[in-house]
Amino acid sequence: MADLLFDGPDWNFDTLRRTTDAIEKIAREDLGLDTYPNQIEIISTEQMLDAYSATGMPLMYRHWSFGKQFIHHERLYSKGAQGLAYEIVINSDPCICYCLEENTMPMQALVIAHAAFGHNHFFKSNHLFRQWTDARGILDYLDYARGFLSQCEERYGPGRVERTLDAAHALMNASVFRHRRPAQPSLRAEAERAEKRIEEDERAAHYLWSRIEAEHRSPGHENASTERRHALGLPEENLIYFLERHSPVLEPWQRQVLRIVRNLAQYFYPQRQTQVMNEGCACFVHFHILSKLHEQGRIGDGAMLEILHSHSSVLFQPGYDHPGYSGINPYALGFAMMRDIRRICESPEQEDRDWFPAIAGCGDWRGVLKDAWANFRDESFIQQFLSPKVMRDLRLFALRDAESEDTMRVTAIHDAGGYHALRDTLAHSYDLSHRAPDIEIVDADLAGDRVLRLRHVLRNEVPLDARDREATLDCLRELWGYEVEIDEMVG
Amino acid sequence: MTHFIDRRLNPKGRSTGNRRRFIGRIKAHVREAVDASVRKRGITDMEAGTDVAVPRDSLSEPSFHHATKGGTREGVLPGNREYRAGDEIPRPPPGGGGAGRKGAPDGEGEDDFVFALSRDEFLDIFFEDLELPDLVKRSLAGSAVRRPRRAGLSVTGAPANLNVGRTMRRAMGRRIALRRPSDAHLDDLRDRLFALEAVFEPDAAQRAEMARLQAELEAATAHRKRVPYLDPLDLRYSHFEPQPEPRAQAVMFCLMDVSASMGAREKDLAKRFFVLLHLFLTRRYETVDLVFIRHTHLASEVDEQTFFYSRESGGTMVSTALAEMNRVQSERYPASEWNIYAAQASDGDNYQGDSRDCQIWLESELLKICQHFAYVEIIGEAEARILRDAARGTELWMAYREVAERWPNFAMRRVAGSADIYPVFRDLFARRREVAHG
Repeated sequence: MADLLFDGPDWNFDTLRRTTDAIEKIAREDLGLDTYPNQIEIISTEQMLDAYSATGMPLMYRHWSFGKQFIHHERLYSKGAQGLAYEIVINSDPCICYCLEENTMPMQALVIAHAAFGHNHFFKSNHLFRQWTDARGILDYLDYARGFLSQCEERYGPGRVERTLDAAHALMNASVFRHRRPAQPSLRAEAERAEKRIEEDERAAHYLWSRIEAEHRSPGHENASTERRHALGLPEENLIYFLERHSPVLEPWQRQVLRIVRNLAQYFYPQRQTQVMNEGCACFVHFHILSKLHEQGRIGDGAMLEILHSHSSVLFQPGYDHPGYSGINPYALGFAMMRDIRRICESPEQEDRDWFPAIAGCGDWRGVLKDAWANFRDESFIQQFLSPKVMRDLRLFALRDAESEDTMRVTAIHDAGGYHALRDTLAHSYDLSHRAPDIEIVDADLAGDRVLRLRHVLRNEVPLDARDREATLDCLRELWGYEVEIDEMVG
Repeated sequence: MTHFIDRRLNPKGRSTGNRRRFIGRIKAHVREAVDASVRKRGITDMEAGTDVAVPRDSLSEPSFHHATKGGTREGVLPGNREYRAGDEIPRPPPGGGGAGRKGAPDGEGEDDFVFALSRDEFLDIFFEDLELPDLVKRSLAGSAVRRPRRAGLSVTGAPANLNVGRTMRRAMGRRIALRRPSDAHLDDLRDRLFALEAVFEPDAAQRAEMARLQAELEAATAHRKRVPYLDPLDLRYSHFEPQPEPRAQAVMFCLMDVSASMGAREKDLAKRFFVLLHLFLTRRYETVDLVFIRHTHLASEVDEQTFFYSRESGGTMVSTALAEMNRVQSERYPASEWNIYAAQASDGDNYQGDSRDCQIWLESELLKICQHFAYVEIIGEAEARILRDAARGTELWMAYREVAERWPNFAMRRVAGSADIYPVFRDLFARRREVAHG
């Protein structure tokens, strides 16, 4: 019984390994998690600040904005205005997990269960990460990117590289493929494909067909701009992708820089779409595993109290009128929903049976959760699984702020009439394609005035930030080389 | 399988490159802040670094994003207590309330990005494009720094120092010497054995051959076990031995007239001049010795406290200080090992006829061994207006002017106020080529 994994706050590599093995046993045998191999790295506070500044990645090309980040965090940290994260975990294979050396042993256990198993499982199983990121290749790619950019700095001067990166960073968030898997053929594959296409055309050439096609095409033919847009693949939502392929002024190395920035944006895109789920999953996993270890008598009461203390402070959700309020805490929401899924599976009430007939009382909460972790993202997860009980517990209400009205209006609260509306609104607010401005490139006449035309479709009449819009357009001009215009359209 | 890696001992400063780029980007602001604080604060806390406030505009990273106002928004908030559907709530007054960043309590406005420039960065910018002339002499004397140097190979060492090339070379030599059967040899034996085994009803000769091959194969395998591919004997490590690093060292002579004609103001100005030179030398040389020589009609070497703060009365004979400097230098600081710098401050008063002696001291002894000799004459604000012309001045000034014409390592300036110190200093040590280009 008295088989404690560790005793007291100090840790060493023996206790770390013993604890990790015990955590892994529960993660695999009880929860049935499927993870990448773990690489747990112990780092100092300064290294943690370093990691902060480079978007958490262990390798990154150099850019002044990362220096700015570092200074910003360092200042906040040294003033005591902000604590450091206990861990940073990277979606890579092997999964790298940074743990701060200052953590006590109970904290290390919490952090390892949270990141090295919770997040790790999520990275490996969630469909967005599987489809859109390459966990095995990311570190090599970053290494390549860093080397390539420092080569460029040597060859073309730091100033030019910096300008290109600045402009690319400005467009980063508007440069992801949201709906289709980015085609990434090598140059050679692309050339081969073009050749094959010509061959196909030659084989298919037949006077009969060509006549029919010609007749078919003639009305469209008159409209040269349709043809032109089609050839450029317009409209295009991925701004950098278009510039990289079609900008008339960029040099080859600049196109490659753009490509690097675009690939990174794409790599981070799933993380932005699954904040609630990712954190919820990690919190659920650490809570389950550590409670189990405590039940088995392998973690002492004192250590468990420390773990629960930091667990509950991470999961604290202040009310909207609390001075510490800064939006809905993704940890709290995700954890509450996942705990509730377990409850619904195990001991449902009538309400749950009405709302979730498929899972209520099925008992297999592990299966349901793993299915959710694998196949949903924040928006669809909330739409599918947010239960009336969670809405009541968090006392959610929806607020509508219309410019045309003098006051804000409460549109729904946690009551029978409001559950559906509340759930829709919350799910919507996590939909990235809804939250980010809808901007695409619609036209560019390379043979004519070469003006690049963008279209912003206004949603609910929410405008773009005017100052940043102009500054970002300047960045676009820098990369396009000619005039850039943006039209606003009410959608 | 979980791996643990202890990264704590990894080299620090991973983000130094980013920080440098960041500071490079806001160079103009940093430069301004440094110049301002040099003018503003006392020289004694010059070493502390400074805070730089940069307008946020020049650091913005723009992107397309929604404005904070306008349009229709709907969101979900937690912690409802009294609201029901359909309730109308007045908008919170703009600026206050939950949304939006608040002004920081310590007075750093929201518009400024403030960061601390470290002491080294501060001084780097302060000394930018200054360069000491003739940084040549290096000496082993008095050095405490030891750096590891390659010193052949050793049979023990840390795994990180394993010399793979040597180790493999030795292993190969040993394998050849001890006739370790090669993979190809074994394969060959096995192939032949296999071919014989495949023969249906072998004759006696074949059977004997088979037995021979079998034995040979066994012997070869056993031999291979005895003679491993890589043996601990083969291991060689690169060996490093700490060796003293030759270091450049400098001595700086501070010469000052402390006779009654030098008041507190003059001393303060002189001190600033010395401190600046000292700061600069400490950046260029690993060891900088300081020698303080004060003089009235007599000169003596004193400590720093006495040098700046004690009062002395008497006449003024500048040449005594030069003689004292010459004595100290020849006793303790041989010119072959030390880079010698001298800074002299005076109000220009001198005993009649002594200036000629000064000239002789400088030209026959000191300037031959000095890297640089800087002289500042501290004059009153009122005098500064009169003495605008460098061709006119006291006897000492005129004598030194003749020296300056003949010796490129001798420089002289007039200083009237604390604001003059910094430009004079920059001017004294401005890069040679800038001078050359005009």
